[in-house]
Amino acid sequence: MGVPVSDTPLGMMACDPPQYHDRSSTARIMWAVTLCLVPAAGWGVYLYGSRALLVLAAAVGSAVVCEAAAARLASRATLRDGSAVLCGLLVGMSLSPAVPLFIPVVASAFAILVVKWSFGGLGGNWMNPALAGRVFVAFSWPGFMATWVTPRTLAGVDGLAAATPLGVVQSAGPDRLAAPLTLLREAGYPVSAIDGSVTSWLNVHVLGPIGVNLPSGYVDLFVGNVAGSIGEASALLLLLGTIVLFARRIITWHIPAAFFIGFAVCTSAFGGLETEQGLFAGDVLFSVLTGGFVLATFYMATDPVTSPLTGAGMLIYGAGAGILTFVLRAYGQFPESVALAIILMNTVVPVIDRFCTPRRSGRRKTRHAS
Amino acid sequence: MLRDLTRGLVRENAVFVTLIGLCPALAVTTHVVNALGLGTALLVVLVASNVSVSLLRTIVAPRLHYPAFLGGAALFVTVVDLAMQAYVPELSARLGIFVPLIVVNCAILARADVFARQVVPVRAMLDGLGFGVGFLLSLTLIALVREILGSGTITLFAMGDFDGVLVIPRMSEHPVQVMVLAPGALLTVGYLCALFSRSRGRTKAGASGREEGT
Repeated sequence: MGVPVSDTPLGMMACDPPQYHDRSSTARIMWAVTLCLVPAAGWGVYLYGSRALLVLAAAVGSAVVCEAAAARLASRATLRDGSAVLCGLLVGMSLSPAVPLFIPVVASAFAILVVKWSFGGLGGNWMNPALAGRVFVAFSWPGFMATWVTPRTLAGVDGLAAATPLGVVQSAGPDRLAAPLTLLREAGYPVSAIDGSVTSWLNVHVLGPIGVNLPSGYVDLFVGNVAGSIGEASALLLLLGTIVLFARRIITWHIPAAFFIGFAVCTSAFGGLETEQGLFAGDVLFSVLTGGFVLATFYMATDPVTSPLTGAGMLIYGAGAGILTFVLRAYGQFPESVALAIILMNTVVPVIDRFCTPRRSGRRKTRHAS
Repeated sequence: MLRDLTRGLVRENAVFVTLIGLCPALAVTTHVVNALGLGTALLVVLVASNVSVSLLRTIVAPRLHYPAFLGGAALFVTVVDLAMQAYVPELSARLGIFVPLIVVNCAILARADVFARQVVPVRAMLDGLGFGVGFLLSLTLIALVREILGSGTITLFAMGDFDGVLVIPRMSEHPVQVMVLAPGALLTVGYLCALFSRSRGRTKAGASGREEGT
């Protein structure tokens, strides 16, 4: 059962959802999600070195300290519910390993104190705290946020690996005329040996027989063999973590699926327009594997506090976030497209919930003649 | 009489308590000098407008009160605007449209309607002075918070050798740029509102700490 959060006027105890009888509780969910993130975070630390660990520690530490202080002010004990650790971890994972250490500290403090506790603590916030913290520092110190670290696996390779793939493509400017991966190669972005062997194996044994040929470079993006934020590089490990989330029904398919479809449809249809390749020429695979898309769709958009309650509402919310992500990425001027899209959709969740209230059981939908 | 003067300072402070005149409070408070300039301009207009309203209240028919009040306010705003353009052209350029916009500042019409048109000129003047100074101080407070955090400086008037900019050593290297953008304005005003309502002892559940009033 949940931790008691408030006393109702009648003297009953109100608990955080979920309120059905099993052993799940807010704390168990939070710690489970945290554990699911650990492999991806560990990969980030391996790739970018101990510096990444420091950034993560600063983010988590700051979140925990702020949570403890705020909870003390509010005379509530919330530290054990794990939400502060999870929030700090998400903040740290969404940052570059090269940022000065005050940035994760400020981002977590903003997330916990301003976004979460100003509105009454866990469950009261109407915006994902981790994303808001990340966006706050991104707009405050844009210079620091754009410095990256060359991953260990690409060290020794010549070229400008200390830039994110998405960054390289976007900085190619408005008159770029080629597909994203072509641009990467033209910019001298290296491909690892692992990528080469895995791609050729896939082409010969799996994709060849069904008549598909995978260009090299995607495998690097998938396993996270690129420069990027600490936790968002490896789509593979993040997806492995989501197996646990799905198996324990911590998240449902609605939001990630709608998010992906909304984004993928827009990208494939209109993604090629900017590069003058015409309609239906966008590179969905590249867009999905870069820029923190996986981390955001599975771990941030699905935050139970700031997403709709019903399946239909989740589908609207996810699709909206997906479409907005595409629009912001293709036409926006900020690199925070996924984060901004989710935050924007967070703010309309109350409206979505209002239009997607579940029908009371035993009642037919009646049309009001008014 | 004394209550007329003090009412607008804290107890019914225009920006933080009654939440009127927020538009300039959010827009110009990126630098302290802007806040001082606009606050002073509004102070002058508010006092003049309140006195004129009080004088006109018996002469003008009640149904023509609003046009007459706004006409008076427009007159004083034009005078202040032209004076600022003549004597402090740099500040005037920084404030831009927000000086002419004082005409439609809620604080002017609010004080005219709820107070000045019911009292004698002296009380109207004291009320205008109180609210004007309250507004000036509120704007300066917001601007201090935003400029110190957002730029690491305090911009004042240039006098002699002093170029008017106080630089806070460590803060100005990597300031929190969000604070000088629009979200910073809303955050600052929201938290100061919360602080005000808390210090005024009316913190009911849910009444404080929200930025919805902006």
